[in-house]
Amino acid sequence: MMKKKIWNGYLIAGLVITSIVLIWIIVGQFYTPYDPTQMTGAKLQAPSAAHLFGTDKFGRDIFSRVMSGAGTTLLVAVATIGIGAVAGTLIGALTGYFGGYVDEVLMRLNDVLTAFPSILLGLVVISILGPGKYNVILALGIVFIPGYARLMRTAFASQREINYIISAQLMGASTARILAIHMLPNTFSTLLPALTIGFNNAVLAEASMSFLGIGVMPPDISLGYMLSESQGMLRTAPWYALSVGTVIAVLVFGVGMIGEGIQRIGKEDL
Amino acid sequence: MKKRLLAGILAFCLAGTSLVGCGGASKGGTDRSESNEIVIGISQDLDQSLDPHVTVAAGTKEVMFNVFEGLVKYDPDGNTIPAVASDYEISDDGLTYTFTLREGVKFHNGETVDLDDVIYSIERCKTDPNVNPQTSTGLQCIDSLEKKDDTTLVIKLSEPNTELMSLLTLAILPDDYDKQDTQPVGTGPYKYVSRTAQENVVLERFEDYWGTPGNIDKVTYKIEEKAESLVLGLESGALDLVSHLTTTQTNELDKSDFNIETGSMNLVQALYLNNARAPFDDELVRQALCYAIDRQYILDMAFDGYGYPIGSNVFPSFKKYFDDSLTDYYTVDIDKAKELLAEAGYPDGFSMTITVPSNYQPHCDTAEVIVDELKKINVTATVKKVEWDTWLDETYKNRDFDSTVIGLTADPLTARSLLERFKSDADNNFMNYNDAEYDELFAKAIKTYDDEEQVKVYKAMEKNLTEHAANVYIQDMADMIAIRKGLTGLTFYPLYVLDVSTLKWE
Repeated sequence: MMKKKIWNGYLIAGLVITSIVLIWIIVGQFYTPYDPTQMTGAKLQAPSAAHLFGTDKFGRDIFSRVMSGAGTTLLVAVATIGIGAVAGTLIGALTGYFGGYVDEVLMRLNDVLTAFPSILLGLVVISILGPGKYNVILALGIVFIPGYARLMRTAFASQREINYIISAQLMGASTARILAIHMLPNTFSTLLPALTIGFNNAVLAEASMSFLGIGVMPPDISLGYMLSESQGMLRTAPWYALSVGTVIAVLVFGVGMIGEGIQRIGKEDL
Repeated sequence: MKKRLLAGILAFCLAGTSLVGCGGASKGGTDRSESNEIVIGISQDLDQSLDPHVTVAAGTKEVMFNVFEGLVKYDPDGNTIPAVASDYEISDDGLTYTFTLREGVKFHNGETVDLDDVIYSIERCKTDPNVNPQTSTGLQCIDSLEKKDDTTLVIKLSEPNTELMSLLTLAILPDDYDKQDTQPVGTGPYKYVSRTAQENVVLERFEDYWGTPGNIDKVTYKIEEKAESLVLGLESGALDLVSHLTTTQTNELDKSDFNIETGSMNLVQALYLNNARAPFDDELVRQALCYAIDRQYILDMAFDGYGYPIGSNVFPSFKKYFDDSLTDYYTVDIDKAKELLAEAGYPDGFSMTITVPSNYQPHCDTAEVIVDELKKINVTATVKKVEWDTWLDETYKNRDFDSTVIGLTADPLTARSLLERFKSDADNNFMNYNDAEYDELFAKAIKTYDDEEQVKVYKAMEKNLTEHAANVYIQDMADMIAIRKGLTGLTFYPLYVLDVSTLKWE
């Protein structure tokens, strides 16, 4: 058998872009040029050598705020798809492998969750829990479960009748072993691209929730919160919205390229 | 990949068309000057009930000021002038008030106002338990309401009350009408037409108004809970006038389309503390906050320096009761604040939440600056933005909060309505202030009939609030009003109101 061709342009470009952004964000958690919450008299200044992205309405350095706030966004995104993917895979594995009543009950519950538009569902959870960083994670995590559950159910169900699984069953392997050791690795080609798309959706969902004023609360900063803040100053400080928006776009673009790259592993270059 | 590119291009086109849509609307301003109507942007929906005797929110009264009138009403200087009454006399002992009913005053439903309506309205305010207590408690001094003849009303008091005239600005309502909460009827220059919850409120000029009628035919109040929407609405031509803007917002506007007028909001903006909840039950902690929070810094940071710093629960335009010596009672002193915290048992500071209604951008900005200032004394504050309805329920009614930034107004315009709320058992004492001396002073104030003496007692109460650091008083906010060029006649009152009857298109 020919060795799978792993590296392709999409994957490499995606990894390079994402790593640069990630390193920048991780540095931002330990060091920023200015204290991101320090207010100064230099309000709404245009980008300059001292303030690369300019300053906001309280005279805070936007470059430092974006570095620090992107960390919150990243945390929310990673934790959210963490919750969504783990719970979704679990549900998908159970329903896909067993079928029958388990399948019916869980997937119908799943349908109920999918019936709500995701932002609305997030809103409901937030209105019960109250706003804040961790509640946003929980809310978005719940919102993300149904999608993964449906996807993983298909991935598991498609293997159920395949010979090697039947052999494993005949050899007396436990259900847990079959699911985790035999079936799970074979779902990765479905799961990994879904994770990258999910990550992007989570970044954007956090941004929309904070944008709507139901996400993180000051003094916490996130990209979405800043975007919402910048909205009122589009004319006087356009650099604010632009710099935050650009960072979101680059991050999402980079991870999107990785996802595209993973899907193309082993395929001919197009 | 091609498909995605196509999708991207389509998305851009869609975004483009929506922007074009905004551009097209900008002619709205001139259209409305021809049809003689205006659209005013407001940042919160009105109270559930529009019954003027029941409503509590200043934002509701601001609108309904145009719909209702009392026997007397306020003029732009804050004096009471005859309205539904044409004349009045007060006896020398201050115990008998004689009002003459103005002839031919009509309600919006076409009925003529008679003395029974007046008596009904005053009686209702005095006795109905649903009535806003700021009004009802003051009216308890009324002993009897007598109809001398068809147009003469004699009010006898059990004790003199210097604030009675302010209280009698209470709305006169028809005595046989029970839909005030949904379809209110008054005697003002504008009549209520309709409302759509969270969307708008519509008023129309009342043609049979007894006095100088309004100029604009139709006034629509559009509710925009997001501060940005108000500015965008002005720019796009959807709105003609918006009050209570911040300088950040007015800077966004194109000055060739709008005039910016500056007045004062006539309210007390403060960081109100829940005096019943630890650590704010400790006076030392409250004082520490007063020493730590720099009001001028808040004005500079969030309001471009506009605003009038205050030190107690009275705003400067209410000159008679304003005590300027309290303004600088606490000067910024971080060391002193830290010492006080240590003395109170919080040498390492503590965490607290500042609840703010998210529709009030100025309060949100203030809260954010306060968070920054409190870091200096190791107090970790977090801002919790909530919907206006949630604020009313949780903070105002249930008193479930640490601290909140809000502005309190005076309605009626009396010292009592500003200061009674700190009485330990007052219904609207949502900050749970509890001080025996204050309660005594208040009891004394309402029993003092000599005006000069009474002012002294009220000032002593203000001082009490400052000394015990009941709350962290900040400012009377500057009121930035954006008004479309061509629209004139804006009148300022020492009240939180917007008089639309004087507005007109040139």
